[in-house]
Amino acid sequence: MVKKILSVLLCAAVLVFIYAPILLLVVYSFTTSNVIGKWEGNFSFELYAQVFRSAEIMQILFNTVWLALAAAALSTVLGTAGAIGIFYSRRRAAKPLQAASQIPVINAEIVTAISLALLFSAVFLYRTYLSLIVGHMVLCTPFVVLSVLPKLKQMDSNTYEAALDLGASPSQALFKVVVPQIFSGILSGFMLSITLSLDDYIVTAFTKPPMFDTISTYVYNAVKNGTNSSTPALRALSALIFVVMIVILLVVNLRARKPSSKEAAK
Amino acid sequence: MAELKKDEKIIQLVNVTKAFDETVAVENVSFYVRKGEFITFLGPSGCGKTTTLRMIAGFDIPTSGKILLNGQDITNLPPNKRPVNTVFQRYALFPHLNIYDNIAFGLKLKKVPVTYMNDKGDKYVKMQKLTRREIDEKVKNALSVVDLEGFEKRSVSTLSGGQQQRVAIARAIVNEPEILLLDEPLGALDLKMRKEMQIELKEMHRKLGITFIYVTHDQEEALTMSDTIVVMKDGCIQQIGTPTDIYNEPANAFVADFIGDSNIFNGTIVGKFTVRFCNRNFKCVDDFERNEKVDVVVRPEDIKMTDEAGGMLVGRVTSVVFKGVHYEITAMVGRSEVVIQSTQSRNVGNIIGLIIEPDDIHIMKKELTVNKYDGYITKKNTVAFGDGEFECDVTTLYPGSHLDEEGYLITATGEKLDLTDVDVSVEVGLQDIELSDNADEGGARGHIVQLIYKGDHYQYIVRTEENEEDFVLDSPDLWNENDYVSVKIKPENIRLALKQEKQNG
Repeated sequence: MVKKILSVLLCAAVLVFIYAPILLLVVYSFTTSNVIGKWEGNFSFELYAQVFRSAEIMQILFNTVWLALAAAALSTVLGTAGAIGIFYSRRRAAKPLQAASQIPVINAEIVTAISLALLFSAVFLYRTYLSLIVGHMVLCTPFVVLSVLPKLKQMDSNTYEAALDLGASPSQALFKVVVPQIFSGILSGFMLSITLSLDDYIVTAFTKPPMFDTISTYVYNAVKNGTNSSTPALRALSALIFVVMIVILLVVNLRARKPSSKEAAK
Repeated sequence: MAELKKDEKIIQLVNVTKAFDETVAVENVSFYVRKGEFITFLGPSGCGKTTTLRMIAGFDIPTSGKILLNGQDITNLPPNKRPVNTVFQRYALFPHLNIYDNIAFGLKLKKVPVTYMNDKGDKYVKMQKLTRREIDEKVKNALSVVDLEGFEKRSVSTLSGGQQQRVAIARAIVNEPEILLLDEPLGALDLKMRKEMQIELKEMHRKLGITFIYVTHDQEEALTMSDTIVVMKDGCIQQIGTPTDIYNEPANAFVADFIGDSNIFNGTIVGKFTVRFCNRNFKCVDDFERNEKVDVVVRPEDIKMTDEAGGMLVGRVTSVVFKGVHYEITAMVGRSEVVIQSTQSRNVGNIIGLIIEPDDIHIMKKELTVNKYDGYITKKNTVAFGDGEFECDVTTLYPGSHLDEEGYLITATGEKLDLTDVDVSVEVGLQDIELSDNADEGGARGHIVQLIYKGDHYQYIVRTEENEEDFVLDSPDLWNENDYVSVKIKPENIRLALKQEKQNG
């Protein structure tokens, strides 16, 4: 009994430790006070209203979403093609290829960012939209590969041959038989890419065009000087981002669980 | 059985070899399939039967050789261009499509020539997709052939294994292929289901009238269904024939051992239509050369039991097993074990007489009675062959010669020879090779790749790793397949002969 209480307490402590700062932020997003820790005036949605009234914030919100969608879509195409390529390569080539495709995952992000900056300044494309999108693709693509490969391995590899056997050309077999079977993997890769791109700061900071800001770079610049007093509306924005991320995460997880529970019922 | 037109070869393989990297899966295989035939590739796993099928389907391209379909070369044609459909071992149904869409998959891709008449009355031909109604009808037909009417809307995962198998067959035959390929299609079903499907497949073959090429490792399945059986081993064809031929007249000990139960004895031809095995002469119907060493096959159901006095052979019963329809009785005749199938039972310890009629004795040429190798003499006057090095007596190369203290050979005429690197041919008898667990004890090492029980001993093939040299040997001891063993040969049992004309100096 004591053991049980202790374990519950420990879990609670861990959760509090992780979520307390975020909860604090959410709580203080309902006051207009300039300084966190001081409650001024009444409980109000004033800061949320400010977020949506500010043309600047709406612009960066748009930038962020646009960038995330574009980078995620491109990464999904590239990553899926890569995963299929790895899956169908000869066994001797597949292992090194797969390992190589995962290096960006373990590589320190700052190293990736600096290398990208160097590469693009070498070809005079530094701080352009191209460098920004390519930067985000470098970030996201390995995760797409990671989420598509297991689906390919689950797939009955004979189904591709069966499609050829029934008269499909290789590309018809790919789109009519292989892609539908790995679609859940492609979708979770896409979602993962969106979340990665949305909250990325380091790569964005090193590759973005000069007058372009995403939420991350904007928030960072706003609080850089040690005070968050200049734009309290950012608290509301951050709280919103947190909620949106939670929703996306839930959707992805629920989607991932669905097919397996269906199989278990069978 | 459908009447087969002898000359109509629908598919023909000419000297086809397939190698994956280093390993050869199919080696120089040639055969043909007649139109409308039910042909089965039979063999143990890894014998190349599935690879052969995949080459006919177009999934694998032969390393060398040709595949002809109706006389036309299709060796390099991709699978989607071949009038051939496959039923896969694990069905390979499309899980994201329902039964209807699975079966209609091929039909929806297909284009057929349709003849039109234009305003001026000229005919012209247009390639056109099948209409929905045509597809509907064909799918319905296919489903009724496999007894799954009304399953159109079901999803693949709701079907049992047997039902999925039927869908896989329907998906293939709906395209009206000239040849249907079946890759161990019943392997995943339970015994009862398998028996039912065997009969249904045979019935389907009769109704559809198309050529079936079937792959299995189950000899009973092959015997039940096929018009022709191709027995394969290690990528090579061992025998092609009707089920009756293959069962009654196996070409070699491997086929006899693989198809049905059999007693295989070492025999010698001692006279015209007379063979000696188990220390007794038997009349037989096969004519071989006198003194030839042969393998003798007697099926367990062909041995009749009688009392001690009336038997041609006398044995002691060592085990009796009830098998449902018959008893399987094992008796020791001298040092040989004989298996008998009979509806009558005996008790363990009984002395019984055995009768074998001439018709029931099948004699096969012995595949190999001696091992032959190319080798050379080393500096130490040992001989290197078969991926190993063995002690030998080099003086046998030159009659009357002897070795001096320095290891030079002094011939009978007093000539001094250095034998280092001299090429020799080496012969070793099957009984002269011993196996050992101790890797350092023998001259060469390898894995046991095959064993066949031959009444009173086992015949083993030991294959070395480096150059895949084979040592064939007879031994009464039991080893297991894949055992790593070393090969011992006594120096006096290694027969050497010079390869070239006498080398001087």
